[in-house]
Amino acid sequence: MQSYLEFEKPLAEIEGKAEELRAMARASAEMDVEKEAVALDKKAAQLLKDLYKDLTPWRKAQVARHPGRPHCKDYIERLFTEYTPLAGDRNFADDHAIMGGLARLNGRAVMVIGHEKGQDTQSRIERNFGMARPEGYRKAIRLMDLADRFGVPVVTLVDTPGAYPGKGAEERGQSEAIARSTEKCLKIGVPLVSVIIGEGGSGGAVALATANRVAMLEHSIYSVISPEGCASILWKDAEKMREAAEALRLTAQDLHKLGVIDRIIAEPTGGAQRDRAAAIDSVGACIEDMLAKLSGLGRDDLIRERRKKFLNMGGKGLAA
Amino acid sequence: MNWISNYVRPKINSLFSRREVPENLWTKCPECGTMLFHRELADNLNVCTNCDHHMQLVPRDRFTALFDNGVFVEVEVPLPTADPLHFRDQKKYPERLKAAQKQTGEKEAMLVAEGEIGRTPIVAAAQDFSFMAGSMGMYVGNAIIAAAERAVELKRPLILFSAAGGARMQEGILSLMQMPRTTVAVEMLRDAGLPYIVVLTHPTTGGVTASYAMLGDVHIAEPNALICFAGPRVIEQTIREKLPEGFQRAEYLLDHGMLDRVTHRRDMKLELVTITRMLMGLPPAVMGDLPPPDLPAEEPEPTPEPKAAE
Repeated sequence: MQSYLEFEKPLAEIEGKAEELRAMARASAEMDVEKEAVALDKKAAQLLKDLYKDLTPWRKAQVARHPGRPHCKDYIERLFTEYTPLAGDRNFADDHAIMGGLARLNGRAVMVIGHEKGQDTQSRIERNFGMARPEGYRKAIRLMDLADRFGVPVVTLVDTPGAYPGKGAEERGQSEAIARSTEKCLKIGVPLVSVIIGEGGSGGAVALATANRVAMLEHSIYSVISPEGCASILWKDAEKMREAAEALRLTAQDLHKLGVIDRIIAEPTGGAQRDRAAAIDSVGACIEDMLAKLSGLGRDDLIRERRKKFLNMGGKGLAA
Repeated sequence: MNWISNYVRPKINSLFSRREVPENLWTKCPECGTMLFHRELADNLNVCTNCDHHMQLVPRDRFTALFDNGVFVEVEVPLPTADPLHFRDQKKYPERLKAAQKQTGEKEAMLVAEGEIGRTPIVAAAQDFSFMAGSMGMYVGNAIIAAAERAVELKRPLILFSAAGGARMQEGILSLMQMPRTTVAVEMLRDAGLPYIVVLTHPTTGGVTASYAMLGDVHIAEPNALICFAGPRVIEQTIREKLPEGFQRAEYLLDHGMLDRVTHRRDMKLELVTITRMLMGLPPAVMGDLPPPDLPAEEPEPTPEPKAAE
């Protein structure tokens, strides 16, 4: 069952009609509606293409949060073999909002770490909607450290609304955990590549995305604050999220222009949720390519390159 | 040629602006409500003389009090691209910047300086909460990098006074990128084996806490400073319950292991001198050499103020 976003309503209508026609045809053998149904399909396909050709930033934010979009777990299942989850921060708990472990990508051992939002009510609660607590970042630090000591490249998949704003999280040092995770990203002497597959929410995302190479799916977003949060602070009205999304420049296209990300990965027409397998495969191909390009670099080079990349960031603004 | 022919009509401006002066002479302590005379307050480093509430202290005043004889040299900070996103909310970002510059008389939200404290050479950086809530954008990132580079160049410790509402939204993703950028600056100090001491002042929140403010070798906070990642209001909205008294305040963080010390502003300088000298392998400071600390006498003075009936 396809779930539709608000701006996809006209599309839902057409696809619904085609579906109805086919159902009617199945019920009575005499009716031949296939021609009409095919015409509707064509119309729907065209509309889908038009809708997604030029998504506004706010629509992109909605697509990035689409419940049907493939999540970290889906990527791990399809792209990696021998995935061996590793758990816990050795201090307090295992945070299910961040998953990770050793796995092979086309035979090559890597450490894969990512935010997981969950796909149904139960798993969403268990995963805390992808909002990690300090334990999550400390687990990520531990896994990065392990990878570093054994020369295993690290792949991170970013998809989080942000770090969890909770009482316990604050008491256990949410900010320190995020700061240390960013620091660890900058310190490891193995290739670190990151893909923003959905939402790159603020510090919670940076903690995993301070990488040698950062790629973004075409309709994902990456921002210092959510459009709603920004609207309620600067416009004093959370309903101004369209304007805020516009102003924040949170789309992959703008971030690429700003030099914050290195690559944009094209999504299937209508977004990753319409053809999950194809989207996952293109992310896989991109990760492999990014890792291959870094494989010639030694420890010091990798660290130096990563630091330099971030030090130089922001040198150019958007053209007027 | 007499006073009648030379008479200058007073300008409207001067009539109105003069009216503000008496207001500025007195400050009301936001904590206990005591009216404080401005000179007395300034002499006490903006700490309430009645309840010890630490009010904000702008970087220039802080440095004047911190460095020996108030002497320091500003470290130049490379200017970033102005308004990189062409950001506009209800106002244009450059307009907001200009207003802040006019109001504070400062270029941006961070001041970097080098000088001596208790004859100990240091580099210091201080964030200015009065400048757009001290928010961290490209300039603040550049300032911290410049401070770290200067400290490495001079082989001096870096002391950083943090105060910020978080990242500067008007610089969007580029403000977020200051988290890794400033972390690289901290790494430079680590690589050079130089101490990096963070003094967290009220308030230090958001992306600032989640990067350079929590990566110090030593964390000292001013009393009752709010230090957090997510602010209390956001948390209350998320978990829908009232937060305990003192939550996310300096003393609370000390209890939860996030800080080394909570130190009164009047003792801060001496403490920084003591710590940096030990970490830098220097002999103890010769106290007679220091400008006299304006500490109150050790003996508990009889407190004249009437105690509220309990």
